[in-house]
Amino acid sequence: MRHSINRTRLKHTDSHDLDHAREKLQSVKKEHGDLMVGGAAPAGEALGQGRALMSGTNSAFVKFSDVQKTYDGETLVVKNLNLDIARGEFLTMLGPSGSGKTTTLMMLAGFETPTNGSILLEARSIDAMPPHKRDIGMVFQSYALFPHMTVEENLAFPLKVRRLGRSEIEPRVKRALERVRLGGYCKRRPAQLSGGQQQRVALARALVFDPKLVLMDEPLGALDKQLREQMQIEIKHIHADLGVTVVYVTHDQAEALTMSDRIAVFNDGVIQQLAPPADLYERPQNAFVAQFIGENNQLHGKVVAMNGTTCKVEIAGAGNVQALAINVEAIGRPTVLSLRPERVQLNPTPGTLPNIFSAEVAEVIYLGDHVRTRVSVCGHNDFVIKLPNSEGLVQLEPGAAITVGWKTEDCRALDA
Amino acid sequence: MVTMAVQIAREPDGMPLRTKLTRVERRRKLRAFILVLPLLLFILIGFALPIGRMMFNAIHDDTLLTLMPRTTAALSAWDGKDLPDESTYAALAEDLKQAWAQRSMGAIAKRINYELPGLGSQITSSARKASTLSAGPYKPTLIEINPVWGRQDVWSLLKRGSLAYTPYYLLRSVDYQYGPSGQIVASPPETAIFQDMFLRTLAISIGVTALTLLLGFPVAYLLATLPAKYSNLLMIMVVLPFWTSLLVRTVAWVVLLQQHGVINEMLMALHMISQPAQLIFNRIGTMVAMTHIQLPFTLLPIYSVMKTIPPIHIRAARSLGAGPFYAFWKVYFPQTLPGIAAGCLLTFILCLGYYITPAMVGGPNDQMVGSFIAHYTNEELNWGMASALGAILLTATLLLYYVFNKLVGVDRIKMG
Repeated sequence: MRHSINRTRLKHTDSHDLDHAREKLQSVKKEHGDLMVGGAAPAGEALGQGRALMSGTNSAFVKFSDVQKTYDGETLVVKNLNLDIARGEFLTMLGPSGSGKTTTLMMLAGFETPTNGSILLEARSIDAMPPHKRDIGMVFQSYALFPHMTVEENLAFPLKVRRLGRSEIEPRVKRALERVRLGGYCKRRPAQLSGGQQQRVALARALVFDPKLVLMDEPLGALDKQLREQMQIEIKHIHADLGVTVVYVTHDQAEALTMSDRIAVFNDGVIQQLAPPADLYERPQNAFVAQFIGENNQLHGKVVAMNGTTCKVEIAGAGNVQALAINVEAIGRPTVLSLRPERVQLNPTPGTLPNIFSAEVAEVIYLGDHVRTRVSVCGHNDFVIKLPNSEGLVQLEPGAAITVGWKTEDCRALDA
Repeated sequence: MVTMAVQIAREPDGMPLRTKLTRVERRRKLRAFILVLPLLLFILIGFALPIGRMMFNAIHDDTLLTLMPRTTAALSAWDGKDLPDESTYAALAEDLKQAWAQRSMGAIAKRINYELPGLGSQITSSARKASTLSAGPYKPTLIEINPVWGRQDVWSLLKRGSLAYTPYYLLRSVDYQYGPSGQIVASPPETAIFQDMFLRTLAISIGVTALTLLLGFPVAYLLATLPAKYSNLLMIMVVLPFWTSLLVRTVAWVVLLQQHGVINEMLMALHMISQPAQLIFNRIGTMVAMTHIQLPFTLLPIYSVMKTIPPIHIRAARSLGAGPFYAFWKVYFPQTLPGIAAGCLLTFILCLGYYITPAMVGGPNDQMVGSFIAHYTNEELNWGMASALGAILLTATLLLYYVFNKLVGVDRIKMG
């Protein structure tokens, strides 16, 4: 996916942009801090050089600058948001409900006004620009197709508003419908289409006027799982083909991981981490992200020693764990160790791993492709191990005494 | 699968499944029918029957046929050119004697008076004199007693009376009547009031419907879009008139609009007018009071339809490039049409039958068809005219409903 994005960006980066980018190369490092949000440690490592270059400069396609939003004047729904979106990028805002992601999207669309700060589109402030002048396509969860118009009329709507001639409207509508594989459905009304078809029409309608930017607000939330996965791939392909910039909002982490170039994980009105999917999963910067993306084992402990990138964490009554020091404050402070279930080894040979502890099997759940085993280790009894259902799978019984171990680099010490 | 189906189809007692189903269905239908029976009977007796009777009365009148049996029988052979022959006059004399003896002369006189105003009393007095006649020749004697019996139009009226059905009342209701020799002619201007009256009824109804739409639509929109805590209060204010008697509301308008009423006093105190304006007992008063009473009927169906239109549609339209007004006009307004149609139809049909309000706050030139029906029913006891006007009103209403259904489609209407 990253590959395809680089391709599309090249397609859309005109010489002016390149020059501009070169000019601003100097300021990239300086501004790097701005890019990092929510007090997370530098994630520069996470960003490809090209992306850092694009998003760190003032030529960012969309730029949120110190944006705040409050509805009641007391609590901030969005707290001091700084976010750069590159041209052609597929950026997903992921987070639980009430985390401020939809509010952020609505501010970008122009349906909400930031209480503070400003939003720039192509380096121009759009704070005072009404939604219909922003040229931003939008796809809603409820599709928002106009029921009194046929599919064709729905698609022609944005073109008619722009006073295009009939000779221009017809081929564009046709092309847009064919893009979403609904060529024969021109004359139908939205009520005569299935949910998936309606969502495709909504997608085609948001794209038919060649907007600079397409916003999608949980567009697949109302579809069933199979259709959702199919549509994810379809949207991804359309994005790659058209090279349009997409800002996508979802609370479904699998969806975010599948589709995005970068994911901004929102919680409590703050971007907790902004990174490509793989980085987000492999290298979460804080406990919330580790917990929110994928399955995660947490071990609570206290930092007893710090040694550059690694640290030693004492787990009460169990011993010391060697971990990567990602987000720890100082020696003596509490920390949470994050460990993916699939990175835990069962009965490792003693001495091969820095962290080996004895454990007791509490529960074994057979899930077909893997066996999920809950064990009791280091005083935590919700510790999960995923054992792939491959050759050499050890049959475990509840109550069996085993040992578990993991590498230092798979164990991340995060904020408590 | 097959064996199972066979088993089910031949249940224990060997009765086929289909028969059982029919039996159960029949029982269910019977129960449903019994539940609706009381209301069905009530509607039949209290609504369908009187209306049918009214429609029948509009064309059925056997007064002359039953009260003057001999004359009407003798007249069936009359060619209508010259005065009838002696035998008919003899039959007439017999009928007059009998009618005088049975005191049914009043009904005959009244019936003749409908078509030939002013002749009723002469007919009655001639019957009194004819009752003393014992032998012929009757023709010259009767004409001598009263010259009305030598009049062509009287005899042609009696001949028409030999049929139990007459279009007279319907003709009269649209300003036509029978001429002296039985042909259909337009009513003389001094009695031709019904066409104007129907047009006036139509005009007032259309006017009131338009006013309620104009005033109600914005309020309905506000009701549908305001947050619940405000819209509830507003809703109470809208439906409050519903809980007040129609009579009370109409009288309240009299208080407000009369010569030295609240409105006039206020306008004069503000020096906006120097003389009290005539606001009541004319078209202004009628329209104001009727609009006030009908407002909720128009407003509520529109509101209920608006409530179902997702606000997201406007947002979608805005994001597609439509300005606020264009989005409203092209996306929101068309979706309210079923509600507008329902509300306007309801108000229009109710307005057609208005009686009390125009009678109380209107002038003589604002009386609608309802007042005339009441006048014929309560004061003149002319059931024929009352029924004919009622039948025309009902037919016109049904016709309008039919046209409306063709244009809009009742299935698209949403009531309440």
